[in-house]
Amino acid sequence: MSARELPYREAIREAIQIEMQRDPDVFIMGEDIGSYGGIYKVTKGLYEEFGPERVMDTPISEAGFVGAAIGAAMVGKRPIVELMFMDFSLVAADQILNQAGKQRFMSGDDFRVPMTIRTQQGAGGGVGAQHGQSLEALFMHIPGFAIALPSTAADAKGLMATAIRMDDPTMFIEHKTLYAEKDPVPEGEYLIPFGKAAIRTEGSDITLISYSASMLPTLKAAELLKTNHGINAEVIDLRTIVPVDWATLTASVMKTGHGIVIHEAHRRGGVGAEIAAELTQRTWGTLAAPIARIGGLDIPIPFSPSLEAVWHIQPEDIVNTALRTLKK
Amino acid sequence: MSLSTQQLEEAYAEMLRIRGFEERAQELYAKLHFKGSTHLGIGQEAVAVGTRLGLQDGDLVAPTYRGHAYALAWGMTSFSLFAELLGREAGSNHGRGGSKHMGSAELGVIPGNAIVAANLPIACGTALRAKMDGDDEVTVVVFGDGATNQAAFHEAMNLAAVWDLPVIFLCENNLYSEMTPIKDAVKVDELSIRASAYGMPGVRVDGMSVGAVADVVSQAAARARSGQGPTFIEAMTYRYCGHMPGDLCDYRTREEEAEWKSRDAIEACETLLIAAGKTPAETAAIRAQVEADLNTAEAEALASPLPDPSTINRGAAAWMETSR
Ligand SMILES: Cc1ncc(C[n+]2csc(CCOP(=O)(O)OP(=O)(O)O)c2C)c(N)n1
Ligand SMILES: [Mg+2]
Repeated sequence: MSARELPYREAIREAIQIEMQRDPDVFIMGEDIGSYGGIYKVTKGLYEEFGPERVMDTPISEAGFVGAAIGAAMVGKRPIVELMFMDFSLVAADQILNQAGKQRFMSGDDFRVPMTIRTQQGAGGGVGAQHGQSLEALFMHIPGFAIALPSTAADAKGLMATAIRMDDPTMFIEHKTLYAEKDPVPEGEYLIPFGKAAIRTEGSDITLISYSASMLPTLKAAELLKTNHGINAEVIDLRTIVPVDWATLTASVMKTGHGIVIHEAHRRGGVGAEIAAELTQRTWGTLAAPIARIGGLDIPIPFSPSLEAVWHIQPEDIVNTALRTLKK
Repeated sequence: MSLSTQQLEEAYAEMLRIRGFEERAQELYAKLHFKGSTHLGIGQEAVAVGTRLGLQDGDLVAPTYRGHAYALAWGMTSFSLFAELLGREAGSNHGRGGSKHMGSAELGVIPGNAIVAANLPIACGTALRAKMDGDDEVTVVVFGDGATNQAAFHEAMNLAAVWDLPVIFLCENNLYSEMTPIKDAVKVDELSIRASAYGMPGVRVDGMSVGAVADVVSQAAARARSGQGPTFIEAMTYRYCGHMPGDLCDYRTREEEAEWKSRDAIEACETLLIAAGKTPAETAAIRAQVEADLNTAEAEALASPLPDPSTINRGAAAWMETSR
């Protein structure tokens, strides 16, 4: 398969476009996604290609249109819903958590909800306390949704296509600071399965586990560990947090004996807590140190640049935790 | 309530201050003095200033992310607003909130809210407090035309009506929610008719007239203070600028913009002042004074320090962990 460089936002768009061409039941809706092309321009051009019936602008009614997508999905459509910011998912939380995720099971498998919620999250650039939260742990906790958080353009394309084709509700969480990041993206139909992590760097001393935009400081930390300390870190990109690729994680941690989970979301009650606890059970006996977690501070995201900088995870934070874990 | 010349003059200066502040905010953003986003209401000043004029000291306001005008109209200094915009420690929220969340307990400004319609239920709560304690205080909650499509809007309207709360629902209908024209978002021609569904009066007012706004707000406030409950006000207005920086307004026509600008509230106020006997030299002096004050406030804010990173736990609850 040939590949060319594409930014993350265009890779997502390409997956949606291909799926909409393949399957007339796929449609997308959200706020300002039509002729405007979306606040982050992910849907640019789709309105022109597919028209207002399949690229629908909605009023500012998240509970209403997420619910409508669920209903349409239960009777044969494959809606994609854009929530402009992850923070607004909470306005639609009942539809997402009490409704979408339960229909299949509650109905004894009579109804399925092949809906994809697309949204973006993440702090950075002064977006503040209500436009920059990373909320994936909330949706991971309640059974119902498969959840992807791609860190590269190629993954974004492959996981988006898979999400649209899945028969269960999926949440596809983009990161606002990644939209312009480019990397080689395969042309044409391209699918990446959920539940398959990617080993980005091989190493034998410690396993660094991350996803989404936190992959950037994590990869940087791995470089620093190598050049400054001679430590070989294995870096794993989870790609999906539901389901988790336990096989890859377990094999890596059994090899290195050390692990750190890194994510921008708050550490308390976060994805890292789940991964660390589960991995500890699965690798007990081979672990040389407790699995550590690094996350966003346990406070709302501050606006001021001097405080936002403290809030963000820096590669040095990861390096320091790695050295502590390795008792160096 | 017809405005005295004195009130008109104050309204004129206040609208100039708000517009001047926001024009400077636009420039500060363009020059990368702060990041994030900022939502300006250039053109909408008469709604905020008229609303404040129709109320009393001690009344509360709960604005949106487009809230600079209300913070200023409620007495916030230009310096503390500039400083907040720039994320400085001396800002109204000590740099923790930023453009979208300006607030002040002392001045009765509930922090601006970046979740559309989220301040409506909160305003029901501040009004409930006044009612419970037998206080004469009114809360005005501000939101846009697009916010009337949120569940929280409908729930709050009903709560306020059924509990006879002293709250005023002030809708700034600027014809767009972000880039979406109102006709694509609602089926009715007038939002004010929605009020009848909840059993409260709904009025539409010319939001480009500071006097007209003051008038309907003072009537709504009188109603609220006498225990008769909420009113819904739809103020017709227009933002001359984009929804946010970088918005080129290609979803609307230049003719429509020119038509609204021809009814500019500040110009109209100046015309009234001249008719009331002020000379052009006197109005020019007011303009010059406002500009000079804003320049000083802006320069002082730019020179004031960012929060010290070691103070990151300011405003954090005791159990929150602010270290790694
Ligand atoms: C719940 C929620 N959905 C979407 C948004 C994104 N958003 C911010 S402002 C805005 C438009 C609001 O329009 P309107 O209520 O008319 O107010 P205006 O901005 O025109 O003053 C939207 C969609 C948000 N902040 N909160
Ligand atoms: Mg509007």
